[in-house]
Amino acid sequence: MNHLDKLEAQSVHILREAYREFKSICMLWSIGKDSTVLLWLARKAFFGHVPIPLVHVDTHFKIPEMIQYRDDLAFKWKLTMIYGENSKAILEKNTFPDGKIDRISCCKALKSEALKNTLSGEWDRYIMDLTTGKYIPDINRDRYTGVIVGVRADEEGSRSKERYFSPRDKENDWDVGDQPPEFWNQYKTDFAPGTHVRIHPLLDWTELNIWEYIERENIPITSLYFDRGSGKRYRSLGCYPCTTPVESTATNVSEIIEELKSGKFANIAERSGRAQDKDDGGGLETLRRDGYM
Amino acid sequence: MNIVIVGHVDHGKSTVIGRLLADTGSLPEGKLESVKEYCKKNSRPFEYAFLLDALKDEQAQGITIDTARCFFKTESRDYIIIDAPGHIEFLKNMVTGASRAEAALLVIDAKEGIAENSKRHGHIVAMLGIKQVVVLVNKMDLVDFDENVYNNIRTEFTRFLNKININPVEFIPMSAFDGDNVAEKSSRAKWYDGPTVLEQLDVFENKKENSELPLRMPVQDIYKFTGEGDDRRIVAGTILSGTIRTGDKVIFLPSKKKSTIKSIEGFNVKHRDTAYADEATGVTLSTQIYIQPGELMVKADEKQPSLSSCFKVNIFWVGKAPFVKNKNYKLKIGNMKIGVKLLEISSIIDAAELQIDTFKDQVERHDVAECILETVKPLAFDSISDIDMTGRFVIVDNYEISGGGIIQHSVDNENTLINYIEDREFQWEKGTITSAQRNTAYGHKSKFIVITSGNEGNESRIQDVAKELEEKLFKMNYNAYYLGVGSILQSIASDIVLDYRGRDEQIRHIGELARIMTDSGQIFITTVFNLDDYEAEKLKLLNQPHDILVINIGESPFDSFKPDACIPIEGSVDRVCDILKNQDIILEYYL
Repeated sequence: MNHLDKLEAQSVHILREAYREFKSICMLWSIGKDSTVLLWLARKAFFGHVPIPLVHVDTHFKIPEMIQYRDDLAFKWKLTMIYGENSKAILEKNTFPDGKIDRISCCKALKSEALKNTLSGEWDRYIMDLTTGKYIPDINRDRYTGVIVGVRADEEGSRSKERYFSPRDKENDWDVGDQPPEFWNQYKTDFAPGTHVRIHPLLDWTELNIWEYIERENIPITSLYFDRGSGKRYRSLGCYPCTTPVESTATNVSEIIEELKSGKFANIAERSGRAQDKDDGGGLETLRRDGYM
Repeated sequence: MNIVIVGHVDHGKSTVIGRLLADTGSLPEGKLESVKEYCKKNSRPFEYAFLLDALKDEQAQGITIDTARCFFKTESRDYIIIDAPGHIEFLKNMVTGASRAEAALLVIDAKEGIAENSKRHGHIVAMLGIKQVVVLVNKMDLVDFDENVYNNIRTEFTRFLNKININPVEFIPMSAFDGDNVAEKSSRAKWYDGPTVLEQLDVFENKKENSELPLRMPVQDIYKFTGEGDDRRIVAGTILSGTIRTGDKVIFLPSKKKSTIKSIEGFNVKHRDTAYADEATGVTLSTQIYIQPGELMVKADEKQPSLSSCFKVNIFWVGKAPFVKNKNYKLKIGNMKIGVKLLEISSIIDAAELQIDTFKDQVERHDVAECILETVKPLAFDSISDIDMTGRFVIVDNYEISGGGIIQHSVDNENTLINYIEDREFQWEKGTITSAQRNTAYGHKSKFIVITSGNEGNESRIQDVAKELEEKLFKMNYNAYYLGVGSILQSIASDIVLDYRGRDEQIRHIGELARIMTDSGQIFITTVFNLDDYEAEKLKLLNQPHDILVINIGESPFDSFKPDACIPIEGSVDRVCDILKNQDIILEYYL
């Protein structure tokens, strides 16, 4: 087995554990390359099927191609596609792009809050009708007790401390100091009522592994990652007001891999294009404790 | 390759890693600067350790509380360095980190010498099965690179490690702070001619894949996804050891059901006839047998694992509450979850001192102990010395993984259930009415009738049969009672999420109830879908001194247990009545 086979086998094992153990489970799909690899791994684990609903938190400031790509793929692969949002903040224009609040508060409102209430079923959820491709209100309001997330340990400090199965309390809080032990492929799958578990099948993958796997499996990803003539491409996807493309002329997966291995990005952190990380010292960490992915 | 760094708190683990990352040029641009920036802002001197202690809590306390993973590469391969906390409070985090590793670097402070956790970590690394251990004698700059200091630690610690079956690969004198013998040979320790840390990493051997060993594949789940016209029934799991080929005859344990591999399934892969150890795979079988997640798939013509409910183990305990006797815990091995009790503590080993303490009657947090466990049903496992992947388990106490262990061997144990029933019967206070008197008065004898089936889809059909049987007997003026717990059991059988002990406890309740109902002269009817050998024997024992009638409808769920009758579903009520007549439970004719 090569290193990608090993990573794949481990992720598949974790996905199957999660699917068996949690009755109400979902997978967060950010449309980015990592969670799309995760979606692909689910198809590996379940032999072409995706028996787990995909949840996307729509901030309404996502790069438009992302939403188009999401809906096209969901329709084609017959996914149970669900999205949630902070409709109040969006309606009242209580956002950073509207000039009312700072970046961190905006992330908190449009992502963390929206996510928390979408997962708990307290706010409305919308599900794709696979006959029409349109979204309709989701009648299921159950709290998701298992949430599969595509974070990687190499992204930044706090993520490197994550468990594969990571419990969160009722307030979505993550107690970094008191995490469950994990060994011999045995994970925390028993949980007290009201708590839920985040599941991280991609924890051991690096950015390079993700691209190598996309190339090997020929996984369709959004073209925003490639230079389409402007000499720029996105390395990490998010909301357009806070995510800037990087200077790069990579037009396909193998050029990106080359760039990561030996080129200009070999030593530059992946999230360097994400403005909210820089706004305070432990920016992402503060957000993460609050439920941000 | 995954490498873990362990050792006592403050012996310099994080500094070793920070230095490794910096010296191999593995830090992403921006990381070193942001940490330096942080130090400047907080007016603290920069230390390599801060690179890892990226979280606020840790920087405040200056100790690693959780395992952090760092990625770096040398010319020969990629590494993940796992930084395990050295503080005793965080032992469970250290275990988590260490269990992912193929080799361990154990750091000892040259000035402070061997400390409590140097030994404890050594012991747990041994239990976790890590064979490649290198000792880093760190902070040699603080003892002026004195060869004697190094030699003393080397001699003393080798003696300790040998006692716990570890042969250390190497002792490296070094200074992480100054960089001596990390990436570059130290000019201050000329008396040492061994490898640097980096050279040592590159000669560690990768874990061998276990394709040569007998097949062990825990059944993780059984999938029947019907979307897009899919009609495959796939037994999914990760192969721990051995290989699977189409046509192989396989046995599932503990149910002992047999079948043959029909195909090896996959998604977006070329069709294949073989799957190897470490693959997360799936197979279809040539026969539709009913098996449950958690069973162990093995090959019929290879060495079989042990099958026992009682075994001797070594465990380490990280739970907040101690491990005590007479309490129900959950044991997880492979994908099997099963109720377990601590039967006996043979010895508590104080991992730090390795002194045997036989006086404790519970296993406390951070203890390492040798004890005997009993599961509610026989379990398939291998001795740790044969196949380690199927010789390891964890114990869950109240939602939390609280201990880990390795199985030495199975232990013969007198049947605790028989003892219990003898006790129960001895203490049972009887009234003045005898069974014979009841039989005469009621016009029939008592009987405990259990209806089962191994056919998927028969779950509710056997309940209908049982209800019909109750009605028929009742209309014949017999005292018959149907207990409708089959549906509870059914949901437990099909959905182990609910409660791992649920089914076993239900079986026990049914058995106890049957003892009362049959004693009171009733014909007591119930259904248990997919009753297995152990459960049937258990019901039989619990119902003593009265009689049981086990009726199987359709495919038998049993391996060696012989039901009283195997009948088809059509006409099954009449068939059971005939059996009752033949056994003189009810009369041939009634008035």
